[in-house]
Parts: sequence; structure tokens; C-alpha cells
Amino acid sequence: MAGGQERILRRRIKSVQSTKKITRAMELIASSRIVRAMGRISSARPYYEQLSEVVRDLAAGSSLPKSLYIGQGDESKVLGLVVMVADRGLCGGYNSTALRMAERLIRSREAKGQKTRVVVVGRKGEAYFRYREIAVDGSLMHISDRPSYQDARTIADMILGPFEAEEISAVDVISTRFLSAGTQKLERSRLAPIDPAIFASDTKTSYDFEYEPSPEAIIDPLLKQFVESKIFALLLEASASELAAKQRAMAAATENAEELIKSLSRVMNRARQDAITTEIMEIVGGAEALGSSSDWESESQLVEFKSNSPRAS
Amino acid sequence: MSDFHFSLVTPEKVLFEGRAQMVTLRAGEGDIAFLAGHAPFLGTVEVCVTKILLPDDRVEMAAVHGGFVRAAGDNLTVLAGVAELASEIDINRAERALEAAERRLNQLDDASELAAIARARVRLDASQVKRP
Repeated sequence: MAGGQERILRRRIKSVQSTKKITRAMELIASSRIVRAMGRISSARPYYEQLSEVVRDLAAGSSLPKSLYIGQGDESKVLGLVVMVADRGLCGGYNSTALRMAERLIRSREAKGQKTRVVVVGRKGEAYFRYREIAVDGSLMHISDRPSYQDARTIADMILGPFEAEEISAVDVISTRFLSAGTQKLERSRLAPIDPAIFASDTKTSYDFEYEPSPEAIIDPLLKQFVESKIFALLLEASASELAAKQRAMAAATENAEELIKSLSRVMNRARQDAITTEIMEIVGGAEALGSSSDWESESQLVEFKSNSPRAS
Repeated sequence: MSDFHFSLVTPEKVLFEGRAQMVTLRAGEGDIAFLAGHAPFLGTVEVCVTKILLPDDRVEMAAVHGGFVRAAGDNLTVLAGVAELASEIDINRAERALEAAERRLNQLDDASELAAIARARVRLDASQVKRP
């Protein structure tokens, strides 16, 4: 009975120990991948910066030509929404907070009679929206580990197609920004149209550019590429944030497993001690019960004597 | 011959950065060669082979799959969505892709197949494989 409980506890401790090994391994994997993800973020930065520079030149040189991609965006009409989450769980609140934020936005727009068209990145997001029966324009999965520029292009095509056809008047993105290894921030930001204010730089040395073919012909593909590279940057940041969230969640899980093992071993040791004590008590009690009737030795002699007596007679 | 600073930047990484004497590529309205002191220039880049003449007269080739070029002051920058240096191109893979795309093209005429052929051709040209 008491031994049975001990066995159950021993089994529990063993299972928690193997879980701890797994969470520890996942923590280490996440922290080693974070370094690489951060490297990818910084190697993607020059492209984004140079591209902004080109747009800024275009804005500074001539007056910025008219483009669908420039403006403030009227989100009271149809809003395009890109939601970036992970393919896998086990990363704390990383997926759920982003998805809840997206759902709240969609529902509140619904209440006001405004439509939202959603593109979702990550398996978790796809499953979440499917379960809640929120229609999704498109989804991209199995990329959150290692997003490529091609993936950013795919997303851009999905959401900018309707934008260029003027079915959507603005495109927002909900994603987790990677500010540093310690801080990530869930953010809703505007993808398109682009606020011209961000290009209005302190024109240092304005060049008088020659354009080929012409500013009007360059502006749209240029800004489209700008949006693509922004999506790419956000994908990379989301991927790094996922790893950071995973690392933290797994570190906490490992710690909890340690706590659990400690308290379970304590309970188990007590149970074992109780079992031993009970056993000793039983033996002592038994011996005492026998000892009180007669002496050990005399009793055995008595038996011997009795068994010998018939032969002797 | 004087040189200038050239960088070839893709979203994934900076492919080339350094001094160059001359850079040749195909811009929106035809082939163009940039030398030091080029007038400020902003244009599109077609799918093309970009030739970089280094200061020590070596030539570096790169396959550029569309993008933008910006010349300003001492700097020339090519921003490409996809680009590869000749040394990084997998020739076998490009040849296979070319064959596959040409085979598919026989069955149906398609812009994306034509684009695939153009991509593969540029990769092979950049890696300087003699083609029939």
C-alpha cells in the first residue's frame, strides 16, 4: 500500500525528469538559433536602408510622383491585414497574444460593418482562424523557422494584388518586433500605403538625378519592392522573436520541472520513510506480542520436548 | 583609371562591396556602363549579367534578377531582389532548370516559364559557360 505510492511517485519523477531534459534541450537550441536569426536581421538591414535612400532621393529630387503606394490610407473601407505568427507552439504567449490582437481588431471592425481581408503567416495562425471561422484570403506556412525573401514576395503578392486593384484601401501588419534579445514588442504597423513623411528627410546633399526610364515609371516598382523588403524585415524579426519567446518559455519550464522534481522527491522520501517506519513498527509489534505470552527460548524447548515425548514413551 | 565604390545588395545580404573601375549592366532602357564620376543616376535593372571590373583588372560577374541602380557621388549601388556572384552559381542546377523550363515551354507558352529561362540563362552567362 505505502510501497505502491512510492512507486507511483518514482515513476512521476522519472517522467518529469525526461520532460526537463527535453525542455532544456529546446531552450539551448532556441538560444543558439537566436544568434543566427539576429545575424540575418542585421544582414538584411543594408538593403532596406539603401532602398529607403533611393526612395528618399526620388522624393527629394523631383516632387514625388503620384503613386498608389503613397498616402495616408483610409482604413474605414476594406483593410488588408497580415498576421505573422509561428508554425509551432511551446513559445509562451508569442502566438496567442498576436492572434488575440488580430481577432479583436477583426471583430471590432466587423461590429462597425467594416471588412477585413486577412493573410496569415504560420501554421498556428491558420489553425486559429479556421477554428474561429474567420475567412482568410491566404496563408503561408512552414516558413517561420527560416523565412526567405521569396516568402516575403509571396506574402506581398497575396496582399498587394488586391491593394493595386483597389479592393483594399490600406494594408496593416500585426507582428512581433525584435527590439533586442531581451525585449520584443507586439505591434500593428502600416505596410501600405506608405506615409510620405518617412521619406521627407533632412535633405543633406540632394543630387540632380537622371532617371531611367522616368520617375513615374520607377516609383511603383520601387515602392512595391520597399514594401516587400519591409515584410521581409518583419518576417525575420518575427522569427527571432519566436525563438526568444521559446527560449524564455523553455527556461521557465525547465525551472518548473526542477521545482516539481524537488517537491515530488520530498513527498516520495517521506512516503518511503513512512513505509519503513510502519514495517519496523509491525515487526516490533509482532515480536512484542509474541514475547508477552512466553520467552522465546522456553517456547522452542517446549515444542521440542513435546515432539520428542511420544518417541520416548 | 580611377575607381569608385560599388555595392551589390540583396535583401539577404550584401553580395559585393568594394572598389571597382567599371560596372556594366542592363538598365531600363538598355545596357549602360558606369565609370568613376558618373552623373547621378536612378534607374531600374533588368534581368542581366552584371560585370564588375575590379581595380586590379580582374572581372567579377554576377547574375542580377532585376532591381534598381543608384549612382550618386562616389557610390554606385545595385539593389536586387535576387542576385548571385558567378562563384556562387550552381551551374548544374541552372542547366537543369533551363532544360526543364524549355521542355515545359514547348507544351504551353507561359510568361513565368520565359522568366525561368531568362533567369537560368543569366546564371549560366554569368558563370561563363559556353552554350550552343
